[in-house]
Amino acid sequence: MKIVVCIKQVPGTNDAKIDPETKRIIREGIKAITNPFDAYALEEGVRIKEKLGGEVIAISMGPPRADAVLREAISVGADRGILLSDRPFGGSDTWATSYALAKAIEKIGGVDLVICGKQAIDGDTAQVGPGIAAQLGWPQATFVMALTEIGSDYFLAKRMHEDGYDIARVSLPAVITVVKDINQPRVPTLKGRLAAQKVDIPVWTAEFIGADLHKIGLDGSPTRVVKTNPPPSRHTNTMKIEGTPAECAAKLVHELRIRSLV
Amino acid sequence: MIANTDELRSAYKNVWVIAEVKGSKVQKVTYELLGAARSLADTKKAELWCVVLGHGIESEGQSLIHGGADVALLVDDPRLKDFIDEDQAAVLVRLIDSYKPEIVVCGATTKGRALIPRVAVISNCGLTADCTGLAIDPENGDLLQTRPAFGGNIMATIRCSNHRPQMATVRPRVMNALEPDMNRKGRIIRENLLDSEEAKLKKVIEVFHDTESSVNLADARFIISGGRGMKGPDGFKLLKSLADRVGGAVGASRAAVDSGWIPYSHQVGQTGQTVQAKVYMACGISGQIQHLVGMQSCDYIIAIDKNPDTPMMQLADVALVGDLYEIIPEIIKELSKT
Repeated sequence: MKIVVCIKQVPGTNDAKIDPETKRIIREGIKAITNPFDAYALEEGVRIKEKLGGEVIAISMGPPRADAVLREAISVGADRGILLSDRPFGGSDTWATSYALAKAIEKIGGVDLVICGKQAIDGDTAQVGPGIAAQLGWPQATFVMALTEIGSDYFLAKRMHEDGYDIARVSLPAVITVVKDINQPRVPTLKGRLAAQKVDIPVWTAEFIGADLHKIGLDGSPTRVVKTNPPPSRHTNTMKIEGTPAECAAKLVHELRIRSLV
Repeated sequence: MIANTDELRSAYKNVWVIAEVKGSKVQKVTYELLGAARSLADTKKAELWCVVLGHGIESEGQSLIHGGADVALLVDDPRLKDFIDEDQAAVLVRLIDSYKPEIVVCGATTKGRALIPRVAVISNCGLTADCTGLAIDPENGDLLQTRPAFGGNIMATIRCSNHRPQMATVRPRVMNALEPDMNRKGRIIRENLLDSEEAKLKKVIEVFHDTESSVNLADARFIISGGRGMKGPDGFKLLKSLADRVGGAVGASRAAVDSGWIPYSHQVGQTGQTVQAKVYMACGISGQIQHLVGMQSCDYIIAIDKNPDTPMMQLADVALVGDLYEIIPEIIKELSKT
């Protein structure tokens, strides 16, 4: 089984600050991390490989320093990493990003399964996974909680919905996006970490993957961000309730009742 | 499609809402979207269409018209009963191509967020995820789409000027449904699923709806969430009994889920669900930013914690200082008094 796992490098949110002038997220000097959901995607890919044999290839699109997330992937079981990094990719929205990743997946060739995290924690769109499936013309299974069975040309995916789940039998090749339920990612060993530092991460350009320049970057992106604002702030005057548990409870229930909330 | 001139753009008219269907019933989020899209259509002096894909949905058409639609476009076929993204996308792509709507919106549910990105890629148009605000630009008539990004730390406004239709998924429980108007008149149009649209790449073999209300955070009015301060799984039974008392649902912070005290489906926050309840009661949750972004738009926030200085206790409308194991039973007792 040839598996591609898509990984995004995102800013660690604890440090997220908005530039008061530009109203954009300050990314400089912020610790960059592997998108948390992508760790589950990678773990699932590695588990399938361990069971069925094959290869796990981690790919990422981003600036040169995004090779760090690919090294991290290799340290926990990916066989190799490929970084899509080229100026023409800059400014890509989800349409253009899914196109570029799909072109890279075609370039890799012979891929059976693409696994993505359900969404990235910076954009929060959840659009790139199904976007890649559409670009490739492959079926998809999104918000997957478990792969209950996998064969050479199909799998059974338990898909999470708001009020339950369904189980779908999906033909390979396919794209899946996974939620946290699916597994518990392993921690890299020191040996794995050291080995990953020495691995060569090839950098693929737009030209190398044969991308149409009108379909990538800002030019290839149908959407434009016209402005960013801080979210409306909560104006709260916190009412502090202290006293015995019974007194606290009585005051709270009173507050709820006068607001018709219970 | 690319529509980078006024002439190309003028071929696209009307506002479409893609219905969320469960079984044979159109879900609440669709009516919320009809409420929001009605004013977009009125501003544009255009029609509002509601597109329903499913099986046994014929009787839904009139309710959608009562809910604000001018046209209900129904595709009723047994092959559309289950959620098969590929086939549903193929139908929508064809309908969009033939009727040319200017704006297409759909609920940002697990289905909407799976289906619409597929449609947007194939139809070659822009898509904005999980919007919380939609408006028409008074200058050029473009759809202005506002959405939280970066876990809610910024609000971004997005437009898509040179492609049509303009597409957005919209977060449930943000828009308001209209009062049903039984006298509203509209048209019903019926379309078929073409055999070529059945890709035969996916088959749904089991569907499970969790009827346990405690997990359905999405629709809950009242959410009672527990965090690290619960100190173990047993406290969640206490939260559940309070939730049952107020007709609410039980949520949790990531710390509680990662400790194995409660399943992931209850997790609120950046890597869990975003909720928008009337009341959110945080019990022993300190209020890390990743949790706050998932619940801070709830109307009325209650925090219970021994430590009065946590971010959650500062953010809350009401902060109860004390031991939740002592306070919650008293709340339940107090609620049983009339």
